[in-house]
Amino acid sequence: MKKETCYMQSIQTTKRRKTFSSLKKVKRKNPFLKSLKKDYQLYLLALPAIIYFILFHYWPMYGVQIAFKDFIAVKGITGSPWVGFKHFERFFKSFQFWRLMKNTIGVSLYQLIAGFPIPIIMALLLNQTKNKRFKKTVQTVTYAPHFISVVVLTGMLYIFLSPRNGIINQFLSLFGIDSIFFLGDPKYFKSVFVWSGVWQNAGWGSIIYLAALSGINPELYEAAKVDGATKLRTIWHIDIPGIMPTAVILLIMNVGKIMNVGFQKAYLLQNSLNVESSEIIATYIYKIGLLQSQYSYSTAIGLFNTVINIILLVSVNKISKIVSDTSLW
Amino acid sequence: MKSKIKRSKEDLTFDIINYTVLTLILVIVAYPLYFIVIASISDPDAVNNGLVWLLPVDITVEGYKRIFQDVRIWTGYKNTFLYTIVGTFINITLTMMIAYPLSRKDFSGRRFLMIFLLITMYFNGGLIPTYLVVKNLHLNDNWWVMVILGAVSVYNVIIARTFLQNTIPEELYEAASIDGCSHFLFFIKMVLPLSKAIIAVLTLYYGIGHWNEFMRALIYLRDEKLYPLQIILRSILVQNMSQDPMMGDVEDAVEMARIGELIKYGVIIVASVPVLLLYPLLQKYFVQGVMIGSVKG
Repeated sequence: MKKETCYMQSIQTTKRRKTFSSLKKVKRKNPFLKSLKKDYQLYLLALPAIIYFILFHYWPMYGVQIAFKDFIAVKGITGSPWVGFKHFERFFKSFQFWRLMKNTIGVSLYQLIAGFPIPIIMALLLNQTKNKRFKKTVQTVTYAPHFISVVVLTGMLYIFLSPRNGIINQFLSLFGIDSIFFLGDPKYFKSVFVWSGVWQNAGWGSIIYLAALSGINPELYEAAKVDGATKLRTIWHIDIPGIMPTAVILLIMNVGKIMNVGFQKAYLLQNSLNVESSEIIATYIYKIGLLQSQYSYSTAIGLFNTVINIILLVSVNKISKIVSDTSLW
Repeated sequence: MKSKIKRSKEDLTFDIINYTVLTLILVIVAYPLYFIVIASISDPDAVNNGLVWLLPVDITVEGYKRIFQDVRIWTGYKNTFLYTIVGTFINITLTMMIAYPLSRKDFSGRRFLMIFLLITMYFNGGLIPTYLVVKNLHLNDNWWVMVILGAVSVYNVIIARTFLQNTIPEELYEAASIDGCSHFLFFIKMVLPLSKAIIAVLTLYYGIGHWNEFMRALIYLRDEKLYPLQIILRSILVQNMSQDPMMGDVEDAVEMARIGELIKYGVIIVASVPVLLLYPLLQKYFVQGVMIGSVKG
C-alpha cells in the first residue's frame, strides 16, 4: 500500500497534539474562522488558482466600469469621469449596430442549425455499425481535424477556395460552373465559416452522444428485437429518447453562446472584400478597442454582448426546465 | 415469418445507406488533409493545373527545404515549444491543486469556491479590461503573458474534480490522516500518483491549446522574437507573406508565386505534425476526457 509513504511516525505524534490544541482554542470563535483553520491546507492548495482568477478574471470585471466612464489612461479606471450610458447609446445608434447584430446572430444561428444535428446523426449511424474496425477508422479520422489550429484551418480554406487554382473551383469547373471567389464575396462568408466548422468539429462533437448511447440499457434493445423492430425503429424509439437529455443540455449551452462567434476564425477569414458580412461583434470589439484605442466604447459593446448571453442562457434554461425537465441548474 | 423477411430487408437497406453515408463522411474529412500532404511534395505547376488528385506528381522537397531555411519558422517553433511546455506545466499544477480541495466533500469552502469559478465561465471582463490588467502587471509584450493567461480553465478543473471524486475514496484520506498525514503530503504522495490518467488528459487538452494559441499573441505580443508559430503561420498562409530567407534567391514573380504555393502546403504539415503524430497514440485519453466531462455534476 502506498499509504505507508504517509506513515511518518515522527511527525505523527506532534501533529496530532497540534490539531487537538488548535481545536480547543478555536471552539469559541466564529464558524468561518474555525473552518478556515480546519481546512487551511486545502485553502492553501487552492490559493494559486484563486489568485489567478482574482487577477485575470475578477480584476477585469472591476474594470468593466469603464463602459460607463470616459476612460483616460492617466487618471486610471477609478479616476475617469462617469458618463452613464453614453457609450451604449452611441453603439445602439451607430450604423454598425444592426449590421453587427445581423452578422453575429446570422452566423450563429446558421452554425447551430447546421452544426447541432450532424454530430447526433453521426453518433446514431456509428452506433449501428457492427464492423468494429470501420467504426474505429471513421472515429479516428473524423476526430482529427478538431486539433488543427484555426490559423491552419483558415490557411487551408484560402488554398482550397482560391478562385485561381483551388480544388473546389477546379471541381466546380468540371460541371461548367464559373470560378467563384468564395472569400472575396460577402454572400459566401457565412457558409464558409459554418461548413468549415462542421468539417472540423462534427466528429468530435459526436463523442458525447456515443457516450450517451453506450449508457442505454441493453435490455431495451433485446426487447425491441423480440418485438420485431427494424433498425430505423430502434433508433427512433430507443436511441433518440436515450440521448435526448444530453442533446437538450448541449442545446441550452449553445444557445447561451449565440452571441459568441469565435473571434479567431472570423478575424482570420476577414478581408476588405467580405467585411460587410464578416464583421461580427467580436472582431469589431477588437478593432475599436485595440486598433483604435477607444477603450470605453469597446468595453461597452463587450458588456452588452455578455449581458445578452446571460439573458439568453437563463431564459433557455428556464424554458427547457418547464418543457423537458432538463436544465443546467 | 413475413415480417421477419421484411425486417431483414429493411435493415439491409439501412446498413447499405449507413455504410455509404459514413464512408462519404470519412472521405470528406480525410481528403483535404491527404491532399495537403501530397500537394506539399508535388510540383506546384501540377497542383495548380489540377493534375494532383490521388498521388503526388513529380515529387520535390523544395518547399520543405525553403521552410527549414527560414529563421522565422525556427524561432516560432522554439517559442511555441517553450510556451507549450512551461504553460502546460503551470496549467497542470494549478488545476490539480484546486481540483483536489474541490473534490473533498468535507471541505468547507467547496460550495463557495465552485461558484467563484463558475461565475467566470459566464461572465468576464472582456477584451479591454483584461488588456488593461495585463498592462498594469507589465505582462504586455512579455514572455510570461503566453503562459500565465489562461493558466486555469474552469472546464478542466471540473473534469479533474469529477475524476478525483470518483477515484479517491474519502476514507483513504481519513485513514492516512490518522497516521498523521497532512493534506499536502496526501496530495503529493497519494492523489497525484493515482491521477495519472486525468493528468494525461489535461496535458493533452492544455498542451494542444498552447500549441494552437493565436489570439493571445496577436493581442499582447509586439516583439517578433517572442512570436509563436501560429503568428508566423498566419503571415505565410493568410497574409501571403513568404519572405526573404524563403524567397531570397527567387527573382521572377511567376516563380515566386509557384514556390509560394508549395511553401504553404509544407508549412501546414510542419506546423501540424507534432499534434497529428501524437494524436493517434493518445486518442484514447482525449475521448476519456470528454467522457469524464460529460458526467459532471
